[in-house]
Amino acid sequence: METATLKVSGDRAILVEFENRIAPEVNRLVRSFTAALEEKCIPGIVEIVPAYCAVTVHYRPEEILFDGLKAELSAVLGRLDEMEIPPATVWEIPVLYGGEEGPDIGFVAEHSGLSEEEVVRIHSGSEYLVYMLGFTPGFPYLGGMSPAIAAPRLKAPRLSIPAGSVGIAGQQTGVYPIASPGGWQLIGRTPVKLYDPGRETPVLVKAGDYVKFTPVGAAEFARIAAGIEAGSYRCRTWQKEG
Amino acid sequence: MSIRILSGGMFTTVQDRGRSGYMKSGITVSGAMDERSYETANRLVGNTNGEAALEVTLIGPVIEFSENCVFAIAGADLGPQMNGKDIPMYRALGAKAGDTLSFAGRRGGCRAYLAFRGGIAVPPVLGSRATDIKAGIGGLMGRKLQAGDMIPIAPASGVSFWGIAEKEDFSAAVKLLRVVMGPQDDRFTEAGINAFLHTEYTVTAQSDRMGIRLSGEAVETKSGSDIITDGICMGAVQIPADGQPILMMADRQPTGGYAKIANVISVDLPVAAQTVPGDKVRFQCVSVQEAQALLLTQQEKLKNIRAFREASVSRYRVRVDGYVYNIEVRPAD
Repeated sequence: METATLKVSGDRAILVEFENRIAPEVNRLVRSFTAALEEKCIPGIVEIVPAYCAVTVHYRPEEILFDGLKAELSAVLGRLDEMEIPPATVWEIPVLYGGEEGPDIGFVAEHSGLSEEEVVRIHSGSEYLVYMLGFTPGFPYLGGMSPAIAAPRLKAPRLSIPAGSVGIAGQQTGVYPIASPGGWQLIGRTPVKLYDPGRETPVLVKAGDYVKFTPVGAAEFARIAAGIEAGSYRCRTWQKEG
Repeated sequence: MSIRILSGGMFTTVQDRGRSGYMKSGITVSGAMDERSYETANRLVGNTNGEAALEVTLIGPVIEFSENCVFAIAGADLGPQMNGKDIPMYRALGAKAGDTLSFAGRRGGCRAYLAFRGGIAVPPVLGSRATDIKAGIGGLMGRKLQAGDMIPIAPASGVSFWGIAEKEDFSAAVKLLRVVMGPQDDRFTEAGINAFLHTEYTVTAQSDRMGIRLSGEAVETKSGSDIITDGICMGAVQIPADGQPILMMADRQPTGGYAKIANVISVDLPVAAQTVPGDKVRFQCVSVQEAQALLLTQQEKLKNIRAFREASVSRYRVRVDGYVYNIEVRPAD
């Protein structure tokens, strides 16, 4: 049985906390617990929100009370070892690095003592785990970026960053799904819409998926952007191995 | 059927029970700040399925009815008037085509709920009509109402309920907000928890639908207020680095990285939603079991809002040219 702590989080939610650290193996427990809970469909649960190392279970006391739900959740935790984790999807996200789309790539290169080409090679060389989503609609908290290209946030945040901007803040990397203010160092931009309220699946990636950035040129960026407008472009995806 | 907005008021938005099911994708729930007053206004006109209503903040709008309509107002008393004459709150009222609804000025509370029989019929976005200003979705093009807007009202087929309920008083000098402690109360010192539970806090002007910001004695942490980002519930009391509590409300982000000392219980969230800057609040700790018992009692009470006027329906059976017609005659609303 996996160790987790069940905590009162108001009268309409329970917080299920696993080991209190950011690590792929802890997040794996979060994902398998979330999957087990979704499969079980306990009446009264209205939303399951996974985070780095905890899951918030929102429920309706009109249908199930705290003590009853606590017992149900403990039972699910007790069987977690038998739980098969669903295979993860890797999303290929095309990025036009540098230039107007990535005005801070020069700073990141200088800060890390690398050339811009090396920054692009390192940034697009890994598959990043989506630990959770939050902050803005569809914003993925990605893990696993190489410390070699880490860079501090901007001293003064920009008032508006275009949707699709790819940035670095400390050891984190991420994509802005909607235009918003922000202080990340921008190294490129993707035409792919991580969030589109009019789309059948408004948010593209989900917690537990992986993101792989792939460099594209300006012509390819324009072609993909046109495909997205026309509704004909689909991101390449594959199953994560292992 | 629609209503015309002659003046939008200070901050009037379309709200419902909120956009649930998308918190895991980073999407804000939104919905009514004071869920009890919103639900009451709806029930008074016979709406029982979370129909969209208007949330009116401090200074009310001016609204012209284009057709006959049944409506009700609950929550803050912002001085509602019909054609310049005071009208009662907490009961269903009939408006005629050409009538003008306005608000003379605030007498108490912060947010009034204006429900129309049938509900506001703007298109739902991700399953809800609630306005999310920050994401620019829901309600009327994701924004607050302004002069010239036409708001569609859905037809209410077969409903002829006229409800009446007791007016809620939001005038207490110090508002009591009961809380259940946690989930991160272990992050705070004894002095910090004492300050939180035994001193008064003042609502600041930086409060909005996202959070009600308080000022008072700082709530001391053992070793900083940053936590590994996790989920935030409505009514969570976050304590950021300066020790000043923030009540996370309807437009909160679904996840956040500050320690949460406690959570305001569901039946007291409306009291928090009705505070205005300068109001004083204090916190009192209760058990989760007690909080849930109070919530169930409230929900039962809402379901049992009584009618003050029974619709008199007459039924006739008529034969014309060999065809039989069943005719129901009910009063027009």
